[in-house]
Amino acid sequence: MSDDPKRETLSRELLKRAVVTRFTVEEVVIVPIFAVIVALILGGITMLATGVSLGTIQAAFGSLFTGSLGSISALSETLTAAAPLTLAGLGIALGFRAGLFNIGAEGQLLIGGMAAVVVGFSLTGLPLIIHLPLALLAGALFGALWASIAGWLRAATGAHEVITTIMLNLISFRLVDYLLRSPWIQRPGRADPISQSVLESAELPRLLLWIDTNLRLHAGIFVMLAAVALIYWLLFRTKLGFEFRSAGANPDAARYAGMRSGFLIVAVMAIAGALAGLAGANQVLGVLGRASPNFSAGIGFDAIAVALLGRGHPIGVLLAGLLFGALEAGGRQMQVSAGVSIDLISIIQALIIVFIAAPMLVRTMFPWAFQKERPADKGASRAPPSQPASEESG
Amino acid sequence: MAVSEAAIGAKDIEISRQRQTRIVGGLLLVLAVFVASVFGFGSAGEGDAAFRLTRPNDPFALPNIVVPAATYSYVIAAVLAFFGIRLFMRGGARWSSLLLGLGFLLAVTAFLAWATAGKSFSLTGMLQATFVRAVPIALGGLAGVLSERVAVINIGIEGMLLAGAFTGAVVGSLLGGVGGIVAAICVGGLFGFILAALVVTYRVDQIVAGVAINLFVLGVTSYVSSQVLTEFRFLNNAPVFRAIYIPFLSDLPVIGPVLFRQNIFVYGALILVAISTYYLFHTKSGLRARSVGEHPEAADTLGIDVYWTRYVNVTMAGMVAGFGGAWFTLGTVGRFDEGMTGGRGFIGLAAMIFGRWHPVGALMAALVFGFADSLQQKLAILQTPIPSEFLAMAPYVATIVLVAGLIGRARPPAADGKPYIKD
Repeated sequence: MSDDPKRETLSRELLKRAVVTRFTVEEVVIVPIFAVIVALILGGITMLATGVSLGTIQAAFGSLFTGSLGSISALSETLTAAAPLTLAGLGIALGFRAGLFNIGAEGQLLIGGMAAVVVGFSLTGLPLIIHLPLALLAGALFGALWASIAGWLRAATGAHEVITTIMLNLISFRLVDYLLRSPWIQRPGRADPISQSVLESAELPRLLLWIDTNLRLHAGIFVMLAAVALIYWLLFRTKLGFEFRSAGANPDAARYAGMRSGFLIVAVMAIAGALAGLAGANQVLGVLGRASPNFSAGIGFDAIAVALLGRGHPIGVLLAGLLFGALEAGGRQMQVSAGVSIDLISIIQALIIVFIAAPMLVRTMFPWAFQKERPADKGASRAPPSQPASEESG
Repeated sequence: MAVSEAAIGAKDIEISRQRQTRIVGGLLLVLAVFVASVFGFGSAGEGDAAFRLTRPNDPFALPNIVVPAATYSYVIAAVLAFFGIRLFMRGGARWSSLLLGLGFLLAVTAFLAWATAGKSFSLTGMLQATFVRAVPIALGGLAGVLSERVAVINIGIEGMLLAGAFTGAVVGSLLGGVGGIVAAICVGGLFGFILAALVVTYRVDQIVAGVAINLFVLGVTSYVSSQVLTEFRFLNNAPVFRAIYIPFLSDLPVIGPVLFRQNIFVYGALILVAISTYYLFHTKSGLRARSVGEHPEAADTLGIDVYWTRYVNVTMAGMVAGFGGAWFTLGTVGRFDEGMTGGRGFIGLAAMIFGRWHPVGALMAALVFGFADSLQQKLAILQTPIPSEFLAMAPYVATIVLVAGLIGRARPPAADGKPYIKD
């Protein structure tokens, strides 16, 4: 058997691939920017179509801006909303990198959040420095465990993670409903499903109380930044990260190169689940202070969009998370001051995903922005990408 | 070398079959212990369970079925234990799935006997509710079958159902029920077409495209319903289709109310399942569609237009899902609420897997899920100590078990999820 030389060429091939597979400027910068702009424009058209007057549309976009960036409180809201989106998005992006599609962030977030709440209210008498990390850890651990079910099933039996994570999501909704009604979690004296409140020693401390007591920005933002740095380091500076990326780029080559595919799948899912669990913990310990049904509020699904928009890169996910956080915060302001329903934001987000996922669509819409792509055009009529005038000529 | 590998492969399959039979046998034993200890012991001294089959004034009135709950549960437990031990000791892989299904059915009857011990309960009513609740799941599953048979994974069924529900309510309010259904089918088809365009022409990842459709429809319908429908309430007040009594057949005991006293959606779902079975397995275009799902390169070589086939079938899937979506508004309450499909599209996907990518199988699975759904409703009335949430989880757990191949494997079409790029 001529196994060794073959393996060697394959792993060399793999190395080359991992180095060469870098996104071009076009994919990383131009497509996302155009996707966001087109989605916003289409959002405006949607408002027009539903009979919103031009003045109100102007006010809506205005408040979308002021509500996300216009003041300290707006910035605080943006960052508060961005933290869980970025955390869960990082996990999903890690899955993308390793070739796994984890739709289960919503469920992992719920389970992790529940664990964090339980630790947050049940351990009494601990100082903040011990209690808070414990609660966060519980969130990460249970999120990881929940996600590893899907990872283990994929590794051991080949069950597709999309189906199993969807099912685990549905199971987690019911499980949380049940847990919230169980006597040791439910708040005493309440008939509706709601948990006891997290103790002060497990709350993520608010950071900007010295400016205004209404500012909700909390220490979860540091968890988010630490996670971004950690995942960046993991992906690009460690052997495990290299294995993740190889498994995603070419699973067969990775297997031939001697990487343990089963272990990698479980590890990726566990880390993704831990991040989603942290996102859940971040919500209950930093914003809500307790758990109620649907406290995840679709963050796990929005995080899929964040991961796609961020192109699977930790820094990209951070930027995408900030953008979606801004949309979320601005959307709330828009609903209050312009009277336009916040559901408009979901439309814009969905459109962003479509355009990101279909770069060909963006390319057909804005051919002038992509001219350097075509080698045939490199000759005489080459216009700089920012000149819309070439639209007519081309 | 090759021969020995084949032999090893055959041996592996044999071993995994044996293991599978063992697992099934073990499961049945566990089930037997559970039935005996929880249902048998739990209903001791609770008295008889009475199941009502007909109402007293029906043309063919049947007496109630009265079962002594505790004794019945012990008998069922004994039968289950017998099955389990037989499988565990003697093997016999051929019977394992059948025995498992039968075992679960018996366990459910024991469960019902335990839950109704000392009370009475309308079995016919629950079966009728089962069919009603199975409709959106069956149609969602059917939409899944149609698109996955041409190798397009359709995560967007949930969104298509929601779009159908919304359109049904709005157009139904303006033009009446039939107009609502037609419009819902068209809009469902439109989203099917969009999905096909995204995945076939623009080569978007199929799952990403489905997720995007779900988010988009949820966004649009929620936006319009809070922005427009709250202001113009007449747009959200559609007529509801009443049950159509089929002459004579509807008077039959049990079967009559369950099958022949339903509204247009139940009949429609049954007819659509029949038509698509015929289409997929007995017509030329159905064969072509399936070949595109199994081996697009080969299909292309034989002159089948892979892209066109995918467009047509995924659009049809969308139309089926749109019809199923209309059930939520025109078949039940006549009013649209935000996110009212509540994950039924995903359960439809589960039904599709359970039904092994076959329309009839998807319908059967949908009936099982519909049964679990209506059972959950009745449990609240019967006030059993088992939390209804766990019953609601059961179909999802079962789906995971099936997908993982612990008890038989469900095999998707070979090219499922893979884009086809013509050279």
